[in-house]
Amino acid sequence: MTGILQRLGEAVLGAFEKLGRGVYFLALIVGGVLEVVKRPGLLIAQMYSVGVLTLMLIAISGLFVGMVLGLQGYTILSDFGAEQTLGVMVAASLVRELGPVVSALLFAGRAGSALTAEIGLMKATEQLSGMEMMAVDPLKRIAAPRFFAGFFSMPLLAAVFSTVGVLGGHGVGVGMLGVDDGAFWSQMQASLDFQDDILNGVIKSVVFGFVVTWIAVFEGYDCVATSEGVSRATTRTVVHSAFAVLALDFSLTALMFGDF
Amino acid sequence: MHYSRTVATLVGFFVFLGIAGLFFLALQVSNLSSFDNTEGYRLTARFENIGGLKVRSPVTVSGVRIGRVSAIDFDSKYYQAVVEMKIKPQYDKLPADTTAGIYTSGLLGEQYIGLEPGGAEEFLQDGDQFEFSQSALVLEEIIGQFLFSKADELKKSEEDSAE
Repeated sequence: MTGILQRLGEAVLGAFEKLGRGVYFLALIVGGVLEVVKRPGLLIAQMYSVGVLTLMLIAISGLFVGMVLGLQGYTILSDFGAEQTLGVMVAASLVRELGPVVSALLFAGRAGSALTAEIGLMKATEQLSGMEMMAVDPLKRIAAPRFFAGFFSMPLLAAVFSTVGVLGGHGVGVGMLGVDDGAFWSQMQASLDFQDDILNGVIKSVVFGFVVTWIAVFEGYDCVATSEGVSRATTRTVVHSAFAVLALDFSLTALMFGDF
Repeated sequence: MHYSRTVATLVGFFVFLGIAGLFFLALQVSNLSSFDNTEGYRLTARFENIGGLKVRSPVTVSGVRIGRVSAIDFDSKYYQAVVEMKIKPQYDKLPADTTAGIYTSGLLGEQYIGLEPGGAEEFLQDGDQFEFSQSALVLEEIIGQFLFSKADELKKSEEDSAE
């Protein structure tokens, strides 16, 4: 009995310790913003591996998600004779929910796992300790540029996702299924508000970018310095990011669109 | 430094694409392009019931949009809804006895304010109030009235046949 209680206590304390390390780590990397401003080359190199390499995945996924929304929306809406509102359905679901959430999940899988594996491997091969020996702070030199690159890339990726998705939905709805082109856009513009829908979607993607990159960089930096440790940290990044994104999405949606 | 020129170009392309996407969403998908709240003069109208009218609902004359509803308030003294609308400055020749009514576009569409110009010589100025207004039609009330009138007719015809 005491053994179970002891293990439970250890697990809870361990979780809190990790949370504390994570917040402390976050404070240190945000403190490394000066280093990033001083050496923009570090940021650009990371923007390439985090943002540009994820762009293709995001664009293609967005296209297909938008096209599926167009098809599914059309089947349901045509039951009510409301095919004209297809644009509203596609754009609202993309801008409010799917754009930020799906691109954050893809981002965690594509870029987050790579960040964790890279930093974890640097730790396992003692490159980070080597840097410290040379009086180079690995937090500022390695972690900070990666964190900011992810933080800046994520909203851009989500915007690309939503844009391509809307165009994909337009292609299926107007091109294939014969929804009126003018009604598609005008109904969309009449129903979607810049502040309530677009800005809230951007805020969501900024929050998701922040959380996913934080988890990814921290897990890499905090991993057990063995090959098994790196693999576990990479898995944890994807799993924890997915949980964090979906749970935060609910809270943010409740705050933004709920009537409190 | 750590990156080649190609990498920098690709990153620039990526950032450009992301920002272009945001602009696309703002201008093509949302209503930002129809933001014209900056210019125009204000008119107010009082209604017994505004139904589903919302801020930013259109204000039209003969079906042409000339402005938008800018604010909706409730006057607790007279128990009326006070609707403030902003009219584009080029449409400044509305007669002073114009009627403001709340209509629905289509059977289940959004509600808007339709103005019916009167014949007065004077025009409405900034801050003026419409003299005449026509409230929104509430479907339940109409159905209720219809049912009551039907019931009355039935009763009458029964009484007639009893005699």
